[in-house]
Order: sequence, then C-alpha cells, then structure tokens
Amino acid sequence: MQRTVFRSRWLPYLLVFPQMAVTVLFFFWPAFKSLQLSLYRVNPFGDTSRFIGLENFVKLLGDPEYYRSVVNSIVFAGSVTVLAVAGALAMAALATQKIRGLSTYRTLLLWPYGIAPAVAGIIFLFIFHPTYGVLPYFLSFVTTYEFNWLLKGWVAMALVVTATAWTHLGYNIAFFIAGLLAIPGAVLEAADVDGAGPIRRFIRISFPLVSPIIFYVVVLNMVFAFFESFGVVDAVTKGGPGDATMIMVYKAYKDGFIGLNAGSSGAQSVILMALVISLTMLQFKYAEKKVTYR
Amino acid sequence: MSRTTTVWRSATWACALLSIVALAPAPAAAKTEIQFWHAMTGQLGDATNELVKQFNESQSDYEVKPLRKGTYPETLTAAIAAYRQKQAPHIVQVFEVGTQTMLLSGAVHPVYQLMKEQEIPIEWKDFIAPVVGYYSKDGNLYSMPFNSSTPIFYYNKDAFQKAGLDPSKPPQTWKQVEEYSKKIIASGAAKCGFSTGWPSWTMVENMHAWHDQPFATKRNGFDGLDVQLLINKEFGQKHIGQLAAWQKDNVYSYGGRAGTADPKFVNGECAMYIQSSALIGGFTKGVKFQWGTGQLPFWGPPYTKATSIIGGATLWVMKGKPAAENRGTAKFLKFISEPNQQMWWHVTTGYLAISNTAVKNLEAGYHFKKFPDQYTAFAQLTKGKPTANSQGLRLGNFVQIRDVIESELENIFAGKKTTKQGLDDAVAKSNEILKEFAAANKQ
Repeated sequence: MQRTVFRSRWLPYLLVFPQMAVTVLFFFWPAFKSLQLSLYRVNPFGDTSRFIGLENFVKLLGDPEYYRSVVNSIVFAGSVTVLAVAGALAMAALATQKIRGLSTYRTLLLWPYGIAPAVAGIIFLFIFHPTYGVLPYFLSFVTTYEFNWLLKGWVAMALVVTATAWTHLGYNIAFFIAGLLAIPGAVLEAADVDGAGPIRRFIRISFPLVSPIIFYVVVLNMVFAFFESFGVVDAVTKGGPGDATMIMVYKAYKDGFIGLNAGSSGAQSVILMALVISLTMLQFKYAEKKVTYR
Repeated sequence: MSRTTTVWRSATWACALLSIVALAPAPAAAKTEIQFWHAMTGQLGDATNELVKQFNESQSDYEVKPLRKGTYPETLTAAIAAYRQKQAPHIVQVFEVGTQTMLLSGAVHPVYQLMKEQEIPIEWKDFIAPVVGYYSKDGNLYSMPFNSSTPIFYYNKDAFQKAGLDPSKPPQTWKQVEEYSKKIIASGAAKCGFSTGWPSWTMVENMHAWHDQPFATKRNGFDGLDVQLLINKEFGQKHIGQLAAWQKDNVYSYGGRAGTADPKFVNGECAMYIQSSALIGGFTKGVKFQWGTGQLPFWGPPYTKATSIIGGATLWVMKGKPAAENRGTAKFLKFISEPNQQMWWHVTTGYLAISNTAVKNLEAGYHFKKFPDQYTAFAQLTKGKPTANSQGLRLGNFVQIRDVIESELENIFAGKKTTKQGLDDAVAKSNEILKEFAAANKQ
C-alpha cells in the first residue's frame, strides 16, 4: 500500500480538523454533558443544581417501569432490525435479477429512505388510525378483531416497528444491491452449471459473500433503532398505550423535556449509551467471526 | 511552508468576513420589541396574531412579536432553554399544568408586581373566580390569564333524533348517559355512546372537582409540596371502573390522549363527547350535523355538585428584562385584559372571557341568547358552589403526572389491569414524581 506523505507537518491535522471539531462538538461534548447531568439534581431553569452522586441511577435501576422500557427497546430494536434487514435483503435479491424496468424498481425501492421518520409516522398514522384510517376500515370487512392500537399494546408496538423498519428499508437495500452486484458473475455461473437453483445459489454463494455487508447493516440498524427511532414513536403513539411503546430513547426525551427532570434523563442517556456500545462490541466480537471477508 | 501560510491567510480572511457580517448593525428599530412565545395553532394561532396586531396598531412605542414555538410542552422547554442562555422571551405562554413549575422557577416576574411597578392599574377583582383561583398564589396573580376553557358536554342532535331522544335535552346524569348511549347504539344512530378528549383532565381532574372530591392532599396541592394523590379512593374507582365497564359495550369508546378522539365525534362515530369548551369555534365550522352542548354529567347523591375546573394557559413574564421593555410587556398584558379585547377573544375563539365586566357586556348584547352553547362553560364554572376541591390543582411536574394517569387509564380500559390496580399504580408513581419535585425545589 502506498503511503501518503504530506510535505507540511500541519496540513494533515488541518484536514482532519473539521471532522474532529464536529465529532467533539456534537458527539463528545453532549455525551460528556449527559454524564455530568446524570450526577446532579437540577431544577428546570438550571438555577440550582446539586450533586447527588449516583442517586439518579439508583432510582432508575429500582424502577420497574424503567426495566419495561429497556425490554421494550430490545424488542423494538430486534424486530426492526430483523424486519428491515431481511426485507431489504429479499428485495435487493429481487432487484438484482434481470428484469425489465430494473432501474425504475431500484429507484422506487430507495425512496422510503428519503422520508423523515416523523413524516413516515404520520403516514402510518393516517393509514392505520382506528377512527379515520383506511386499513382498519377494510380490515373490518374481513375480521371482527379490532386492531385498536390506542388500547392494544402489541398492535401499537407492531405498528411503530413496521413504520420504523420501512424507513430503514431503502438505506439497507442500497447497500445490499451494491453488495450483490459486486459478486463476480463467473462464480454464480459456475454454480449454475453445477446445477444449483436460484435459491440454493443465493444461500450458498450470494449470502456468504454479502455477509460483511449484512453484518455492517445489522449493527447500524440496531444502533439506529435504539437511538434514532424517536420520530416515529413521537408521531404515532407517544409511548402509549400504557407504556407499551415506551422505548428508552423516548423515555429519556419525555422525562427530560416534558417532565423537566434533566438529571434522570441524563442518567438514562448514559445507560442507553453504555448498552448500545456494549451491544456493538459484542456483535463485533462474536458475530464478526461468522462473517466472510473477501 | 508557503502553502500553510496561504491556508492560514484564507482562514484569517474567512474569520474577518464572518465577524463583519456578525457585527453589521441591525436596521435601527424605532419601537421597543417585546418577544411573545406561544403554542397556539390553526384558528387559535390566527386569533392570537390578530390580538397582537390590534395591540401593535393601538400605540406606537412597542411592537409585540408573536412566535409559535410548538406544542405547550415544547414552548415551555424552549423558554427554559432560552432562559438558561439568558435569551428568554419577555412573555411566554405556559399551560395550566406548568403553573407550579413556573411559580417555583425563580425565573419569572410576577404579573401583579409588574403592574404595580409600572403603575398600571388593573381591576384584579373583576376577574372571574375560577380563573383567579387556579392561578394565584397568596391571593395575587403571578401570570396573566390568557386562554381558559373548561370541559363541557357535546352531543349530536341528529343522532338523538334518530334514536328517538329529545334533541333539546342533553343527559344530566351519568345514568342517563348510559341509557341514552344504549338507545343510540341499538337504533344504529351511532356506533358508540360517548368519547372523551384529554382523559386525565376531563375524566379524572374535572370529575373529582365536579363531584366535590379531593384530587390530592394539601387542598389539591395549594398548601404545600408534600402532596399525595387521592384518585384511587371510592369516587375515582367508581367512575373509572364504570368507564372501563362501558368501554366493553361501546357505551364509552376511548379515543386516545389530548384531542385525538375529536374525529370520533366529528365523524358521527360517537354521539356524545366531553371536551374543552374551546372547541365550540372549531365545531361550528367543521361539524356537519346539528349539535348542542350541556353541562358535564353528574353521578347524583351521595355526591354534591361543585364546579368544574379550568384548563388552558396563562402568560408569564420572564424576569431580568430592562424596565423600558417591561413597560411594553405590562401595557400589552393590560391591553389583552380589557373587556373589549376579552369579548372579542371569547367570541372569536370560544375561550372564556376572564373579566366579569366582559361577561356582563356579552350578556347585555344578547350574545349568550344567540349562542347558548357559549354560555354552557360559564354556567358550569360560576353557577355551582365553589369549594376547595374545585378551585384547581397545584402540582409539581403535573405534565408527567397527567401522563402517568393517562397511561394507567389505558391499561385499565384495555383490561390489562383492574381499576383498583391501575389507579393504585397511578397514585404510587405520581407520588414518587411529586417527591422528586419537592426534593428538586427544596429551598
């Protein structure tokens, strides 16, 4: 590999400076601030703040409601990831076949990614709302079961999971199409000659060859689902009914910005951060071994 | 080396240019600007802007600049963030549940004090009692009442007709609500009997006040910070338990928090609805069937009827502004409290007129004769017997408490918890939140 040598000693630092500045300003500084907040009890207007050590954490860990939000988060992130990755892989596999109008399909498949989560939430709200939604109206001809997510927790969870997974689809598909197209045609043709059908070819050849991308996408989707799923939940369920869709990031928002309890909200962010960091590390440690890099 | 110098030179130039842009003087403002942050949307937002315009055109020294900052909680959060950055607006609209937070914030300039300092006389005694009661501390108003409403009973006259009920007679008691609902459903006039907006406000807070039952200890929180909720007592269990039972046969149909149930009434799905009196304006424009209003249903003996309580928001003045600007703020608040503006505001939005003079003038102009629905809320607030249980609620972190109550109501209505279990849990969690608030505000 060729080593790039800068003539000036300062130029490389200057070049990485903007990226570093953004990272420090928008990632490290807020993270540090949450860590600091989590150790204080602050009155909303910030005039008085008292150091209380780990009290915010102790309170959270003794609160069954908090555990429920952790479980909700894991269920939510897990379902979103499975749905978004499997769905995207299937669609990408179809969108790399030799069919007419391929580029149109591909463009259309990428579209959902261009929609902001909050807007996606609103769209799902209008489709699925028990009172004025289109889908419940049609479903009422088929079944008498009421998919009333204003009261039924599991329906609400299914709804926000589907909406979030849908917003991730386009992004994942882009990666998978790129990955599938990078597989050398000769390998697939050889398998074809050996008598492997399309499904077998996908499982035995395409899948292992795109596994690094799958791994990357899974990690990313997981992190996204834990952190960035705020918009959909806020637009559709606001954590309800009961606290059926109260995921960790939404609870941190609610306690901090609606409940004005900055200390607890800070502690929740710290726990969430720790959880996601360790989850990602675990994934790298174990799952990565199963991945075939070329 | 020369390359580095070039880079530095360009950087210096960029900085210099930026600072010139930043330092460029703003066009000289002849009028003193007063920033006013609010949370009013749609028709109500238009009315707010119109009111501000009326003030700006009425004098030439001050210019109030209204700015919508999102929902009520978002507006409050924005004001707090701005205050911490020393960039607070002069006036911020805060909803009723934020009252205790604002009172104890140490960040506000009490309105009664402001008016005294500026020597602007205001007939505080002329303000209607339920509003003064909810928002004063030690008999003084700390914020200027702006938009106040109370939950009232709406019903679909067409559906009543179809079900063979008298469309001029709304039900008076909960028993009648049940009876009418069953008739309405049986006749096919509507799918469900009634629904509710703002579940905690209409079904828990107001129902306790209306039946003269305490919502919390310490005179509903007015007498101290170590407060506990009392909504899991006999009355709370009876009322919520009944709603849960009615939910099963569509007499009651839960429609979500805040105003998300509005479509159930507007679409004709439910024939009766309990929601803020401020929806009269919107319903007049947007509802296609004949409808009417009535007072909230009552359970009857052994309970005695008190009054309902208000909801809505008031305008808080943030402290730390120069006296000259405070004068403008005071003048604006004085302006909006005048009977003429109050009458205009009431007629345009459906919110209550807050001075007795304005109410009298409205009566004299036969306004209530022409629009009897506009009178329902006044009657409900002023004709009953005000008691300690009906003057209002003064709880810290009330926003969170409402959330807790509503999420437990959902658990109860969904059948996930029994009424007692749900209410007990709501009380336990709320008490925890109240304890947290007391600790954070320990002097």
